[in-house]
Amino acid sequence: MSAIAQPRRRSRSIIPGFNLSLGFTLLYLSLIVLIPLSAIFIESAKLGWHGFLDTVLAPRVLAALRLSFGAALIGATINAVFGTLVAWVLVRYRFAGKRLFDALIDLPFALPTAVAGIALTTLYATNGWIGAWLAGAGIKVAYTPLGVIVACTFIGLPFVVRTVQPVLEDTEKEFEEAAASLGATRLQTVLRVIVPTVLPAIVTGFTLAFARAAGEYGSIIFIAGNMPMVSEIAPLLIVIKLEEFDYAGASAVAVAMLSLSLSLLLAINGLQLWMRRRHGAAR
Amino acid sequence: MDIQIRKLHKSFGDFNALAGVDLDIASGELIALLGPSGSGKTTLLRCIAGLEFPDRGEIRFDGEDVAERPVRERRVGFVFQHYALFRHMSVLDNVAFGLRVRERRERQPEALIRQRARELIELVQLAGLEKRYPSQLSGGQKQRVALARALAIEPRVLLLDEPFGALDARVRKDLRQWLRELHRRTGYSTLFVTHDQEEALELADRVVIMNHGAIEQIGSVDEVYERPASPFVFDFLGDTNVLRAQVHERRVQFDGADIAVLDGRIHPDGAADVHVRPGDLRLGDGGIGLDVVVQSLQRTGPVVRAVVQTSGSKAPVRVEWPHLHHDVPALRPGAQLRLRLLQFSLYTPQSRPPTSSLGAPILIGQERRRDHA
Repeated sequence: MSAIAQPRRRSRSIIPGFNLSLGFTLLYLSLIVLIPLSAIFIESAKLGWHGFLDTVLAPRVLAALRLSFGAALIGATINAVFGTLVAWVLVRYRFAGKRLFDALIDLPFALPTAVAGIALTTLYATNGWIGAWLAGAGIKVAYTPLGVIVACTFIGLPFVVRTVQPVLEDTEKEFEEAAASLGATRLQTVLRVIVPTVLPAIVTGFTLAFARAAGEYGSIIFIAGNMPMVSEIAPLLIVIKLEEFDYAGASAVAVAMLSLSLSLLLAINGLQLWMRRRHGAAR
Repeated sequence: MDIQIRKLHKSFGDFNALAGVDLDIASGELIALLGPSGSGKTTLLRCIAGLEFPDRGEIRFDGEDVAERPVRERRVGFVFQHYALFRHMSVLDNVAFGLRVRERRERQPEALIRQRARELIELVQLAGLEKRYPSQLSGGQKQRVALARALAIEPRVLLLDEPFGALDARVRKDLRQWLRELHRRTGYSTLFVTHDQEEALELADRVVIMNHGAIEQIGSVDEVYERPASPFVFDFLGDTNVLRAQVHERRVQFDGADIAVLDGRIHPDGAADVHVRPGDLRLGDGGIGLDVVVQSLQRTGPVVRAVVQTSGSKAPVRVEWPHLHHDVPALRPGAQLRLRLLQFSLYTPQSRPPTSSLGAPILIGQERRRDHA
């Protein structure tokens, strides 16, 4: 109201303070994000183009990058499926202990990553509760790439659940009733109506889970075992290079990670934009 | 298809949404379920559809009891208040949905499905918009897509929940006429829920007026308007003035003066509420009538509305006349007038207990006099 009562401003926007808030946003973004990022690029530039390529394309680095991104993608995919199921159960059904269950979802958010890592390692080591049982079946989880996937799945779950949940809550019961009145079975309703409606949210959750898992360090290094070429993740490689005072090499790996993450995120964003276009401005 | 509903009961916790509803719908009828919110009209519609299951009672489609059958098997066309269009599907895919989810052996080839969907889209006058998504349509267009989608399954009955509730006044009027025309052409038995009496009276063959989970009156538009069965129906169908009067030997007395004389002994002597519409009052012609003083005057386009006060008890009474009516010049603030009651209904006061539901006749006496002056 006050904006209307005030005399005419230069800006035509009804909401005041555009210049100030834009300036603040840019400054903040520069301080918090852009300056540190550019420092990485400047540091890695010391290697020169050939030095950079030699570092990044070294077999050990490539293997680590493949593991980090591959495990993150697999983990995010698992979460996209099961996280959606969890969200569905939490939204659609009423059962005893639902609130507790709901609160548990956030645990991977809240738990210090090292604690999560130690807990997972204890469970999945060949003498752990789950690990011993799996070892009997001939599956080794801890200290293998599989362990990395387990950790990635663990930390990514809340991202999918928490993005899909509100959209599902918003998806009116009417859609299901409409589908049923038109003769659709339960399964047809879920596959043709509900899943497509929440798909954009699932993709968003997938992206967040993936981004988090790709850069994850703390909860993975304990369970991974960190064998070079097998179960060594890219962030760990950066730490190793830093400890060897190879700052330029560390930032070269960082630049590689950054570029990969950024291009994957841009690709997913493009996909989402396409989906949103198709569905108009619905969500 | 005709529908018989017998002794339908449905409660949600302590709330009795339907308290013993009986209703017969003949094949091809267009019926309005009219009532205030919470009167059970939507619950009745949803029970017929199979989206809600009654606690007791029968719902028969052509004699076959479907009360326990799920919505999927009833083949009803249901149009939701907010349309419930699938937002990730184009108009064509929405309309074709019901045809595509059929069991394989009943399903038509895709080309035929698309052709049928196009025909329906043409029927609802949306040709050319097949590829649009729901978010790119106006409210009236969405409404028509929802209707085409419901018609695609060749429903046995068409059910519409507040079909015009979310539209603006202009679109609503157009769609009403269009729906009437569509009903005439397709001939589906159709029920629609509304709380707008004008909508119900304009569109329906018969109107079902509901209150507190029970049916107050069923009748043609003329029947319910001319002979309202209860004060509730009278009040719900339009503006009402209520005068707390006495009947004494066929004379209706208000503030000690006679305001009307009944044709016969249709109301016992004693207290009686006179219900009279603002438009059914006219300037007196020297005979008996209601003495009033004009308080205020408001011209709103084709009608002139006035608030007058009865001379004795100072009760406010609303009057509404066409703006060209020859009585209008007499409406000056402060003017003393005697008003004739052209048409009114008499009800015994407090005859409606708070939970009037079991169908006991509430109407005691009624006076109807037509005036064509």
